[in-house]
Amino acid sequence: MSAEGGTAGYIQHHLTNLAVCADSAKVDGACTGFWTFHLDTLLMSGLLGLVIFGLMAWAASKATSGVPGGWQNFVEMVVGMVDNQVRDTFHGKSALVTPLAITIFVWVFVMNMMDLVPVDFLPIAAQKVTGNPHLPFKFVPTTDPNLTFAMAISVFFIMIWMNIKVKGVGGWLHEIFSAPFGIKLAPINFIFRVVEDIAKPISLALRLFGNMYAGEMVFILIALLGVWQLPLALPWELFHVLIITLQAFVFMMLTIVYMSMAAESH
Amino acid sequence: MNINATLIGQAIWFAVFIWITMKFVWPPLQRAMANRQAQIAEGLAASERGKNEQELAAKRSAETLREAKVKAAELVAQAEKRGQQIVEEAKGNAKVEADKVVAGAKAEIEQEVERAKQQLRERVAELAVAGAEKILRKEVNATAHGDMLNALKQEL
Repeated sequence: MSAEGGTAGYIQHHLTNLAVCADSAKVDGACTGFWTFHLDTLLMSGLLGLVIFGLMAWAASKATSGVPGGWQNFVEMVVGMVDNQVRDTFHGKSALVTPLAITIFVWVFVMNMMDLVPVDFLPIAAQKVTGNPHLPFKFVPTTDPNLTFAMAISVFFIMIWMNIKVKGVGGWLHEIFSAPFGIKLAPINFIFRVVEDIAKPISLALRLFGNMYAGEMVFILIALLGVWQLPLALPWELFHVLIITLQAFVFMMLTIVYMSMAAESH
Repeated sequence: MNINATLIGQAIWFAVFIWITMKFVWPPLQRAMANRQAQIAEGLAASERGKNEQELAAKRSAETLREAKVKAAELVAQAEKRGQQIVEEAKGNAKVEADKVVAGAKAEIEQEVERAKQQLRERVAELAVAGAEKILRKEVNATAHGDMLNALKQEL
C-alpha cells in the first residue's frame, strides 16, 4: 500500500491514471481538460501491442507451408480461428476485415491479460523506477475508457468507410433514408439509423471498459483483505480468465458483424 | 471517466497495429496455410491415385495368372495327347516291326524247310541209288537205268 488515506485512498490511487499535461492545464496539481495524456495506458497498450504483433510478424515472416513449429502453429491456430469467424459472418470481399478482427482479438486479449497480474506489482515497480512513491500507474489499458472508445470510434469510421466503399455515397445515403420503412418515412428512418449507428461504438466501448473496470475493482477490493486475499484471489483470477477471453472475442465478433452489416445492401 | 487526448494516441496505436497485421502478419500466414492445404489435398489425391493403380495392378496380375493357368492346362492336355500319340505310333511301329520279323522268320523257316527237303531229296535219291546199287549190284547197270532214276528223283 502506497497511499495515504486508508482504504478509500488505496482504491482511489489504483483507479488513477498517470496523466501528463501542460502546466497551464493543471488545477491543484491534477491534469484537467482535453489535452491530457494517460502515459500508463499509452505505454502499456503500445508495448504489449508491439511485443505481441512483433512476435506474430516474426512467426509469419518465417512461416512454412510444411510442418509448422510451436509458435507458428499457435499463431496459425488463433489467426485461423478468427478467420473462420470472419468467413462465417462476413460474406463480402475485403482485405481489411480479417486483419482488423485479428488485431482486435489479439490486442484486447493481451491487454485484458494484464488484469491477471497482481494489482500492486507493476505500480510498485513503476514507483521504484521513477523514485516517486505516490506515482499512480494503472497498468490494465482496457480499464481506461480512452482506449476502448478509441478502438470503438476507429471501428465506427471503418464501418462508414466500408458502407461507402461497397454501396457508394448515393447508395449509402439512400439506405440511411429508406430503410427500414421506405422512402416516405425518411425522417424516421434517418433517426433510427443515427441511433442505431451511434449505439454501436458506444456499446462496444462501454461493454469492454465496464467489464474490465469492474473486474479490476474486484481485484483491488480482494487485495484489501490482507491474508484473506490468498484464498479469494485465485478463484477470481480463474473466473476472470473467462471474462478476458470472452470480452476480447465479443469485441472482435461484433466488429465483424458491424462490418458485414455495412457491406450488405438492404 | 474522463475522456481526453489519450483517445488520439490510442487510435494511432490501433491504426499502427492494424497496419502491422494487415501487412506482415496475415498475408504470409494466409499464404502458408493455403499452401499447406493445397499440399495436403494433393497428397490425398496422390494416395487415392496410388490406391486405384494398385487395385488395377492386382486385377491385371489376377488376369495374367488365370491366363497362365489356362495356357498351362492346354499345354498339359496337348502333351498328354502327344504322349498318347507317340505311344500309339510306337505300338504301331512295334507291330509292323514284329510282323516283319515274324514274316522274315517264317520265310526263313520255309527256305530252311525247302533246303532240307532239297537235301533230303538228294540224299533219298542217293540212298535209293546206293540201296538199289547194293541190291542190284550185279545185274543193274547204273548208267543203263540212270534215266529212270532221274525220273524218280523228279517225282519226289
